[in-house]
Amino acid sequence: MKNNKIFYLVVILIIAIFLVLLLGLKEEKNYTPQSELKKLNDSISLKDLYSGKNIFLNDLLLNNEFNLINIWASWCAPCKVEHPYLINLNDKFDINLIGINYKDNLDNSKKFLSDLGNPYDEVLVDNDGTKSIELGAIGVPETYLINSNKKIIKKFIGPLDQEDYDNIINLIKK
Amino acid sequence: MKKITLTLAILLTTVLIPPNSYADKNENIDYITKNLRCLICQGQSVYDSQSDFALSMKKLILIKIKEGKTEDEIYNFLKEKYGEWIVYEPEVNKNTIFLWGLPLILFIFGGLLIMRKVTIK
Repeated sequence: MKNNKIFYLVVILIIAIFLVLLLGLKEEKNYTPQSELKKLNDSISLKDLYSGKNIFLNDLLLNNEFNLINIWASWCAPCKVEHPYLINLNDKFDINLIGINYKDNLDNSKKFLSDLGNPYDEVLVDNDGTKSIELGAIGVPETYLINSNKKIIKKFIGPLDQEDYDNIINLIKK
Repeated sequence: MKKITLTLAILLTTVLIPPNSYADKNENIDYITKNLRCLICQGQSVYDSQSDFALSMKKLILIKIKEGKTEDEIYNFLKEKYGEWIVYEPEVNKNTIFLWGLPLILFIFGGLLIMRKVTIK
């Protein structure tokens, strides 16, 4: 009788452990930083892709408009995939679009924009990736929607897709 | 005479090297990056990782050290950008109090058990 009880307890324990591990498998393992509603650092300055002049990112953000910062590179294949969405956003909506070119060859990045079209109001260069870290980026592509108070209200990690595009439109139309 | 001059020169050079030398900065950056989690290769520290993110992070930390930022200031800056998860050693707050307190509770409990056993014997 006592042995039976122990046997059932062990079986229940094994099932419980199995269920916990099974639930654990479904959990998202990769950590994604949340930096929404954070104000941008005032001191971030980057070089303009075409003129080479140093520009403070804060000076480019318009006060009465939504701003979209997109971190991209010509060597990044997913950046090509999201590019048509950026072109559409700039064509159809009143949004200030700033591109940050990440760890790239300048000639390649200029060619990328002349071949695929330039959706950006301003293109800045982050040649060593440190400015993107200051923005809270982990790689390319990344896109931040910034409100008129210069706060990040939505962060898109990875290439923009139709869902993200609709999401951006809904947020700027609110 | 030459030997004395040479010895004096070596001694002076050693004394005149500022405490914030390249070697110190390098040791400091190694120490800080070992306590930072790489968000691309999430099983590795920024120190171990060779991802683009980790390489840029190392450069930025070196810039911050040169600017005179302290270790805590650098951690706080990165925690603000990436959240508490970026550091391996979590700070004590209401979410981590159990994590920090549990070993102490177990230690005290274990100690009391041992003391009780010894007293009974």
